[in-house]
Amino acid sequence: MRRHEIKILIMRAPGTNCDTETYRSFKNLGVQVSVIHTQKIFKEKNLLDYDIIIFPGGFSYGDYVRSGAIWAKECEYKIGTELSKFVESGRPVIGICNGFQMLVEMGFLPGFQGKSKYPEAALGNNSYGYQCRWVRIRNVNKGMCPLLKGVPRNMILRIPVAHGEGRFLFPKDKQDAYLEKLYENDQLAFRYVKADGSFPEGEPWDNPNGSFHDIAGICNREGNVLGLMPHPERAYFKWLMPDWTREEGGPEFGDGRYILESIVKYVEKKN
Amino acid sequence: MLRIVRSPRKSEVYSINLRRASDEELKQIAKQLGLGLSLEEVRAIRDHYDSINRDATDVELQTYDQTWSEHCFHKTFKGLIETPEGVIDGLLKTYIKRVADEMKPGWCFSIFEDNAGIVDLDDEYAVAIKVETHNHPSAIEPFGGAATGIGGVIRDILGVWAEPIACTDVLCFGPLDVDYISLPEGIKHPSYLFSGVVEGIGSYGNSVGIPTVNGAVYFDEDYTGNIVVYAGCIGILKKSQYIKKVELGDCIILAGGRTGLDGIHGVTFASTELTEKSEMISRPAVQIGNPIEEEKLKRAIKQISDEHLGSAITDLGGGGISCAVCETADKFMLGAEVQIDKVPLKYPRMRPWEIWISESQERMLLSVPAENVERVLQIFEDEQVEATVIGKYLENRLVKVYYEDELVAELDLEDLFNPPRSRRKTFWKPQKIDEPNFSQPDDLSAILNRLLSAPNIASKETVVRRYDHEVKGCTVIKPLQGWRAGPNDAAVLKPLDDSWRGISISSGMNPRFGKIDPYWMAASVIDEAVRNNIAVGGRRISLLDNFTWGNPEREDRLGGLVLACRACYYVAKAYEMPFISGKDSLYNESPLGPVAPTLLITALGILPDVRKAITMDLKSIGDSIYLIGITRKELGGSEYYHLFNLLGGSVPKLDAASVPESYRKLSAAIDEGLVKACHDLSEGGLAVAAAEMAFTGDLGLEISVDSVIAEEKLRDDFILFSESNGRLLVEVPKRYKEKFEELMKGSHVSEIGWVTKGKSLVVRNRSRILIDSALEELYTSWKTPLGGSR
Repeated sequence: MRRHEIKILIMRAPGTNCDTETYRSFKNLGVQVSVIHTQKIFKEKNLLDYDIIIFPGGFSYGDYVRSGAIWAKECEYKIGTELSKFVESGRPVIGICNGFQMLVEMGFLPGFQGKSKYPEAALGNNSYGYQCRWVRIRNVNKGMCPLLKGVPRNMILRIPVAHGEGRFLFPKDKQDAYLEKLYENDQLAFRYVKADGSFPEGEPWDNPNGSFHDIAGICNREGNVLGLMPHPERAYFKWLMPDWTREEGGPEFGDGRYILESIVKYVEKKN
Repeated sequence: MLRIVRSPRKSEVYSINLRRASDEELKQIAKQLGLGLSLEEVRAIRDHYDSINRDATDVELQTYDQTWSEHCFHKTFKGLIETPEGVIDGLLKTYIKRVADEMKPGWCFSIFEDNAGIVDLDDEYAVAIKVETHNHPSAIEPFGGAATGIGGVIRDILGVWAEPIACTDVLCFGPLDVDYISLPEGIKHPSYLFSGVVEGIGSYGNSVGIPTVNGAVYFDEDYTGNIVVYAGCIGILKKSQYIKKVELGDCIILAGGRTGLDGIHGVTFASTELTEKSEMISRPAVQIGNPIEEEKLKRAIKQISDEHLGSAITDLGGGGISCAVCETADKFMLGAEVQIDKVPLKYPRMRPWEIWISESQERMLLSVPAENVERVLQIFEDEQVEATVIGKYLENRLVKVYYEDELVAELDLEDLFNPPRSRRKTFWKPQKIDEPNFSQPDDLSAILNRLLSAPNIASKETVVRRYDHEVKGCTVIKPLQGWRAGPNDAAVLKPLDDSWRGISISSGMNPRFGKIDPYWMAASVIDEAVRNNIAVGGRRISLLDNFTWGNPEREDRLGGLVLACRACYYVAKAYEMPFISGKDSLYNESPLGPVAPTLLITALGILPDVRKAITMDLKSIGDSIYLIGITRKELGGSEYYHLFNLLGGSVPKLDAASVPESYRKLSAAIDEGLVKACHDLSEGGLAVAAAEMAFTGDLGLEISVDSVIAEEKLRDDFILFSESNGRLLVEVPKRYKEKFEELMKGSHVSEIGWVTKGKSLVVRNRSRILIDSALEELYTSWKTPLGGSR
């Protein structure tokens, strides 16, 4: 598929607030991007008109229950079947921040064996309250997730997080088994790292929320559903990077572009 | 005689017979209705009803109360003030607006006219900006008060058809370690207020999806009884979107959240002093915020604005529907008819006057030509926002309010917008504060580390990180610089996708200078806001004033206010930077006395190209460090004196004639690419600024106090910690030195040091080393006191 033919749907609900920068970043990659209100999608149910669906960051419906929970239930009820079909067709579904929370709430992630009926993980309260800060994440996927093919393996990316609930957790009694599954299926996508590349083992602030195993993002078993807490769209251009004024010349883009471009390239090559 | 009686109508409306009422009776009536009007004002209303010879309704009197409140009408800034030098015919006109009136800058698109000041960004786009205070509500209920402060100022920006793109907030509290026992009844502990306010701002601003990019937090004893919460918002709009032209017959649409009993008499509350009873009496005046409602409203209004469907828009702030409708009608020389039973309510059985003046949050009032109403309602529905046509604009300058077909108020706008002008007297006696006398401490390294830990200097990271400053992906210069999170001077945003043009937002405030001299306090904070802006590369700066002052009915408070306003005129005029908007909060008095006289100046600058923006972190070993400006023995109100619990009288003054010239040259040097880093000198003076630049860049720095241009021979500690205005530190690579010096010729600039390999800050004089402190030590002193982590 040619890049300009790729159609991306950015869904938004009341309280979604990262659609602007997500739109801007994908637009820059030369694809077609639409930001559409979730109510309109519920009416038209035309998900299969698109090649990629993005659930962006924000506070959908105020996140008054659990982050992403209300929107997830609404989508489940209104377009659950269509979404499942979309995922089964192998097309990419990306959840960033609130979108990640939402995909976990819907059961698409971790998705050990397809979509689960109940959430198998949680992005709970992080112990330090809301945090807006830059972190380093490492691409730890070993090659199973096709969406990350364009991000060099083991590459460390500088990307901001901004959330109050982003601590990835499994149920205590299942966490070891689940972690093993993540490794077995190569479902780990990104882990928080320190400046020297080592893992912080849950310690602040290199791990900004105390998440289990320093997990910042995972994909489903098939690798076409990807969720992550950090915001690649806020690190897309060089002038958004925290230390850009220290670098003379250099690339025009920031580290976040690696992730977004990789997703687009996957669709470009696939069809 | 019974003057207030239930009218014989279905709706719960009371008739008030004001005619020929005595002063005693008028006072009684005002008290019974909970009005905040002065006796003189109630008399004027009585005279009006005498002349039209009918009873008033409670809806009408409540409207007068709202419209004539200090909060809505700004009586003090518009009134007459008798000073020893003559009568001032309105502070606003005489001092604040006058700068723009005389300058007539072509780039001011709309100033002091609407909900926000609007200036050009480029030929097509304009930037709207507004800063508000929300002090009283935040003192009573910090979370809700601060959250709705943010909510309110965002709606001010929506109220000029602009899309909000950034927020600012400046907060002042009493010292966090104040003893509980020392607090009088009704005064909440600063640490409770601090955490509530920060949480409230974060909760609202983050959820509504607008980055909080600039701000400050100050601590001072004089804020213990009166906390200060400033909330600002910046928006962007196409100039063609700014439509304000209501025609006869246009429909009045109320959109957003439902109306409830929260926020009744908010303006009255804002215009009185805080007492131990405030919590009991005024708790209902604090509104309850729902940021998601505002997020939806924001989207819908952007769409309506893009499609040019409205003929006017205004936010519902102080005074609720009453002020929004009456002010809009008055502005376009029209009248209006409103059916307030159509207003969607949170719960049934609100009285007509309550619906009419409730200040419930997240509501906007639009004026829409009949042919566009259907489309506008559709847009609101698509965003899941409730919107209702509640009336229309008519001729006659009469506003008629109906409740279930009964006329419950008929307001003559001519009279409503002609309150008796206040006439007040001032009295000002300059304070005589002795300059302290102590010898220079031996260990200046220790002093510097203590200063870096002072609450007004130490890192505010724990606050800043609670706010999303990255959302929307436009924040080019962030509040915290780089991985070391140093204190940037101003925020820079890139608001347009296809243009490198940027805006810079900075602020200036000082909690102590005002206690010594309000005139020089105002001059200093204007300069601080401006030099912060210049430091990142901003220019063509416009200013906003936000006064937080004590009770203006007391002559000494008003005397100080006049002085501060006078400074605003003279400094802004000399700098050629007009005021474009402002807001005052007076009556900040508590059982602990008046608030410290506080003026917040917000500066909005333009950057032709954000890629040339400058940050404050040192960049390269070997670069030269220049100090711009003259250092004087001006330590009155300084953080240095405060370390020893001293105030002092030598408040920093300002040479408004020569300082702006050096700023212009610096801007030129930035444009030429000669400047690698730049940082303003404010609290803590030269030593603190140098330390901040060094530890943020993680590079050593060596400076010599002998090279500092001082007015007289000064003690080393005075050179290092003086807070004289007009000074900045600049990093210039060796290869550009000559060019830089050439450009700066004629201004006070001297090379005082260079960036070194060693990881420490070294300060010398001719004979010895004064400070030698490891960067890590300085960094820890600065970063950790308020809870920041290393």
